[in-house]
Amino acid sequence: MNEGLTHAAVHPLPARRLTGFLGRQWPWLVALAVALLVPWLSYNWTTGRHSGFIVSMLSQIGIMIIFALSYNMQMGQTGLLSFGHAVFFGLGGYLTAHTLNAVKGGSLWLPLELTPLVGGLGGLFFAILFGYFATKQRATAFAMITLGIGELVTSAAIMFQTFFGGEGGVSTNRMTGRSLFGVGYASPIQVYYLIVAWTAIAVVLMLLLTRTPLGRMANACRDNFERAQFVGYDPRMVRFVQFSLSGFFAGIAGALYTLTYEIVTYDTVGGAMSANALLMTYIGGVGAFAGPVIGAVLIVLLQSWVSLLSNSWLVYAGVLFILMVTFAPGGIAGLVMMHQPIWRAGRLGRLAGPYARLIVPSLLVAVGFVLVIELCSFLTIGAAQGKSLTLSGITVNPRSATPWIAAALLLAGGGLWMRVEARRIGAVWGALTEEIKAMGRRA
Amino acid sequence: MSATSAAPGLRLTDVHKSFGPTAVIMGVSLDVARGSRHAIIGPNGAGKTTLFNLISGRFPVTSGTIELNGQKLDGLEPHEINRRGLSRSFQVTSIFARMTVFENIRCGLLWSRGYRYSFWHLLGGQRALNEETDRLIERLNLQSRRNVPAGLLSYAEQRALEIGITVAGGAEVILLDEPTAGMSRSETEYAVALIRTMSEGKTLLIVEHDMSVVFDLADVVTVVVYGEVIASGPPAQIRGDKAVQEAYLGTEAA
Repeated sequence: MNEGLTHAAVHPLPARRLTGFLGRQWPWLVALAVALLVPWLSYNWTTGRHSGFIVSMLSQIGIMIIFALSYNMQMGQTGLLSFGHAVFFGLGGYLTAHTLNAVKGGSLWLPLELTPLVGGLGGLFFAILFGYFATKQRATAFAMITLGIGELVTSAAIMFQTFFGGEGGVSTNRMTGRSLFGVGYASPIQVYYLIVAWTAIAVVLMLLLTRTPLGRMANACRDNFERAQFVGYDPRMVRFVQFSLSGFFAGIAGALYTLTYEIVTYDTVGGAMSANALLMTYIGGVGAFAGPVIGAVLIVLLQSWVSLLSNSWLVYAGVLFILMVTFAPGGIAGLVMMHQPIWRAGRLGRLAGPYARLIVPSLLVAVGFVLVIELCSFLTIGAAQGKSLTLSGITVNPRSATPWIAAALLLAGGGLWMRVEARRIGAVWGALTEEIKAMGRRA
Repeated sequence: MSATSAAPGLRLTDVHKSFGPTAVIMGVSLDVARGSRHAIIGPNGAGKTTLFNLISGRFPVTSGTIELNGQKLDGLEPHEINRRGLSRSFQVTSIFARMTVFENIRCGLLWSRGYRYSFWHLLGGQRALNEETDRLIERLNLQSRRNVPAGLLSYAEQRALEIGITVAGGAEVILLDEPTAGMSRSETEYAVALIRTMSEGKTLLIVEHDMSVVFDLADVVTVVVYGEVIASGPPAQIRGDKAVQEAYLGTEAA
């Protein structure tokens, strides 16, 4: 295949290449710039400290971006629905914790910057091991096997104390004193920049993977595994290699998790963590490479911000998931891509009005819904915690009828209004689609 | 290699296939000469598609042997049979619906060009491969649809694309299962011309219901009725065969 490489040497002008690259990849560069700058927005100049909350949240976003993208290597790209992806995340994390402890103990020399590779190789190893069985199947059988693997590893994590540390998990200390750049990694911001670097590397590698023969054949096996067989490929092998590589990246994410929290417990391999990968990937959108990135950012924000405000953040995440599956199976990325033909035709402005009119009724419905959930929550958990529900300074009694009636009115009124506006959008959308079709015929 | 070069492109010897108690193929023997265009005809349910599925390894045979260029195919998986030089299309269009026309054809080329499961070649830089893909797209007359997802093509375009994917890998033996089913007269004519150029120098085995296509395209016609070969020979001979007329063509004419 060397002729391909030599042919590639015929490049267009470097400047043109650069502008072409910027034109296509600018969203990634913007994302990187934002990732590097945001910690400084919350920098406290008098104490000389970054906001711990912001840095911790950003670190988690980075970790989850890798985790969700690695999950989508199976789900979106290969059509494999896994319920056990956290296994490779968690095992990568455990291996990293033990490695750090060995480095600290002096029995091993490894700079901290390279420890994510240990997690990655660990994830790769276990993905090869479990993937050998799981990828013999596809569709439902595959999903069931991964569910079994997840349960198996979770129970093993509680049983085998020496490696997994039982329920207490394995603690470690990232300040091993071994660094390529002489960084101590005492403060979270230093770890955060390490996470940014590894996230950038992992994202680029996973993006490039989609453009290789393996990546394309993964798509092909997803679309039509039988046809893939009749172009000479063994779909099982495609699934196996793709699954293994996906485990590698999940392991990197797990290692970064260990570096951030300095403790790994059995819930990192558990079902909830696997479900998290599914949630982020699906909400972000399985059909586009960047989808899981959007999903990871959104879910971590929800987790961090909403969990501060409400006991019921999981309810909101769950409802969001149901709404996306029902109304936007392509996820957020899918919603954005739907608008591409209209945007190209320069008619996106026509939708601005109808969309703007949707804002008020959706807010009404959202407020009504949140009110119902919070009222329920304050009747049960909130009461047990001795909290009271305050809305803009007014204490609301969840046992009185007024707030419930208000919520019902908001939901019903907003819902009806939303339907009217949704129909209007549908009509405009239909007209636009027809116009664009007509333009296509003329061209 | 020299020992097998005299062997026919495809040889079936006393092939049987039963699904549970139901015998579908009952002792079919068939030689498809190298470089010939061979058609299999027969009434609905005669077992033509089953025969294709046995040859291409989709189902295992119950008994009997199938040889490709003198090599036995027993127990091989479809992808292994494909790598030995046999490719097929399906009765129901089988393409990679969410991928573009270009990607579909390129996927058809990958294995035969030695890329295997590579995750270290970037496809964008494989100039020879990409040029070859575009040349094939041109031969299929799908240039204007190059970057369209295959699922959005018209039916006739999808069938043409499938023929393209089937021949892309350079297989010597091509099996086409009803390639013109559901096409209009003009679409059929176009498809026949396409099949003719695409199968040049290759061994073609085709299942077809459209008699004009069969007699136009085939050098040899084999008639299968209820899982058995009742006649095999040049089109003119088959047209005159009494048993064939009774079993098949007669019902068509009536």
